[in-house]
Amino acid sequence: MDLLEFARGPALQVALYIFIAGSLWRVFGVLMLQRKPDHSEARKSGGMGGALKVIYTRAFTAPAFKKATIYPKVLGYALHVGFFAVVFLFIPHVVFFKGLFGVSWPGLPNNVIYFIGVITVGLGIAILIRRLTNPVLKLISNFDDYFSWFVTLLPLVTGLIIPIRFGIRYETLLAIHILSIALLLIWFPFGKLAHTYFVFISRGTTGATLERRGAKT
Amino acid sequence: MSTTEFDLESKRLHIKEPETRFDRQGDLTDDERVTKAMAHFAKNFGTTAAAYLDACVHCGMCAEACHYYVATGDPKYTPIWKLEPFKQAYKREAGPLAPLFRMLGLKKKVTIEQLEEWQHLLYDSCTVCGRCSLICPMGIDIAALIGMARHGMFKAGLIPHELHAVAERAHVDGSPLGVTPKSFEDRVEWMGDEHDVKMNIDQDQADVLAVMSSIEIQKYPEAMAATAKILNAMGESWTFRTDGFEATNFGMMSGNTDWQKETSMRIIDAAIKVGAKMVLLPECGHAYMALRWMGANIYGKPLPFKVQHVSEYLADALNSGKLKVKNVDKSVAFHDPCQVSRRGGATQAPRDILKHLGVDHREMENGGDYNWCCGGGGGVVTINRANELRYKVFELKMEQVEATEADALLSSCANCRQTFDDGQEHFDWKYTAESLLELVAENLEEDDA
Repeated sequence: MDLLEFARGPALQVALYIFIAGSLWRVFGVLMLQRKPDHSEARKSGGMGGALKVIYTRAFTAPAFKKATIYPKVLGYALHVGFFAVVFLFIPHVVFFKGLFGVSWPGLPNNVIYFIGVITVGLGIAILIRRLTNPVLKLISNFDDYFSWFVTLLPLVTGLIIPIRFGIRYETLLAIHILSIALLLIWFPFGKLAHTYFVFISRGTTGATLERRGAKT
Repeated sequence: MSTTEFDLESKRLHIKEPETRFDRQGDLTDDERVTKAMAHFAKNFGTTAAAYLDACVHCGMCAEACHYYVATGDPKYTPIWKLEPFKQAYKREAGPLAPLFRMLGLKKKVTIEQLEEWQHLLYDSCTVCGRCSLICPMGIDIAALIGMARHGMFKAGLIPHELHAVAERAHVDGSPLGVTPKSFEDRVEWMGDEHDVKMNIDQDQADVLAVMSSIEIQKYPEAMAATAKILNAMGESWTFRTDGFEATNFGMMSGNTDWQKETSMRIIDAAIKVGAKMVLLPECGHAYMALRWMGANIYGKPLPFKVQHVSEYLADALNSGKLKVKNVDKSVAFHDPCQVSRRGGATQAPRDILKHLGVDHREMENGGDYNWCCGGGGGVVTINRANELRYKVFELKMEQVEATEADALLSSCANCRQTFDDGQEHFDWKYTAESLLELVAENLEEDDA
């Protein structure tokens, strides 16, 4: 078995299993905890409606906070958009997903994806610089923040290297790219990347509780 | 008791700076304190707390919403950092990945030194105003987590001296600031005579049980007369009760859930005894949170009566036309008490009242739900060593008020009012916060009759 076969085969498979099992463990570990009923007389209906409302509305920034958070918000949103565009709209990825799920969708031309990829890496670097220099972020950051940054950026970088080659065999570069994705999948449920799930639970919980009070959400 | 010697001359009602501070209570060992702190924080671990702690991405944006960070620029005041030991303990001891964190040594055990340092962050520099909860892109209700962390800190015997002293006083006497049932009764009578208003006390049956904040009873007793005047004008069957008069809940603010329950139950029991259909809460922010939103949960089932903040009651009375007021010709700014407006959902009520009063209401920039806290909430105003920091954050509030250029500032929380009184004296400032309730009572239309 060569490196590419290993990457495509057992490595990716094990990573996927860890990703799925870890995610379920982490999310259900939280969801299975007790929930206390709220006996207070509701001012408005909270519940699922309140939860869904805040899941949506908290994607936006209240005017009072816009000025102070515009830079990190733009960086953050752009990174997410760039990352998802590269993952889901790069034609070889679309082909890969078709093999996996049996459905396919249109992608973007390779050059466009390369451009987005480079920009996204640039955004990632800007985000890291901010984390390393902003006094608040310097204080509150830990291993998870830096390692999650690393495993997120790594597949982008290893992917962008493939067309450049640097004299290395295509198969080797592809194998490295796939292994970097395996690393991302393995780490995903254990660190802060799990905010992918918890953002909904957290916003939803706040929405259900505070909407019920008629309080600001 | 020397530890609860009240300074009644001061602008803020507080116990005098103790000669020796006791910021550690009880005689637990250091290890026991750490264990208790974590156990009682974790006691609250339902899905809510766990999801919040797991959702944080360390974006640091909450700092920008916190008056302590904005006023000082010190990163330690970042709201989520105020929970760091508890976050650490959750990940290490209670979260779904706890065994992994322990095995890999990713999270260290919380130490007593850490907790002692965090006492300053959890009490002196957090008013639980909840502004941070509105900025968090993950929707984490950070203020709710602070409340839970305080539960742990109280059980560990690690709360600021003064806050413990007043909370204990409330536990023993039923009121935190030196009021007893007898002195309450005397002051009610005194205000009745002084303002020539009929006072009802210890009635056996009443539709409305009115409760007061001890800050009002001691410092702003006119609030009792104003409450009575309005309830009389509304033709309500109402009463004050000496067995359930205290609305403040220092059990809640200090983090002692047993004392919180005890305080709430005094009101609940009194209301049930007189067959009240409603408990009317005074101009007090945290009292609203304690009874309106937490009361039924402490009781364990829905309360058999309605709970209203006096501003909600007044707004309803004015909106329905049952109460009429004269026009007041001045411009005013309104300071929203965090627990009533932002956290409590009653933001519209004072605005309705101001409309009926016909004043020129000048909304502060980022006012209402995004209002800067006065800096005195969450028990902070009682803590002497927190004064300098409190004055710093008060400057943000001063700017917000001054920009309105209003003639007067109003509020509907006695604790905010005393914080403003104290700030006014400290800065020789032209504003302080006056009572919205008293303004209504002074301008009832029946006065002309």
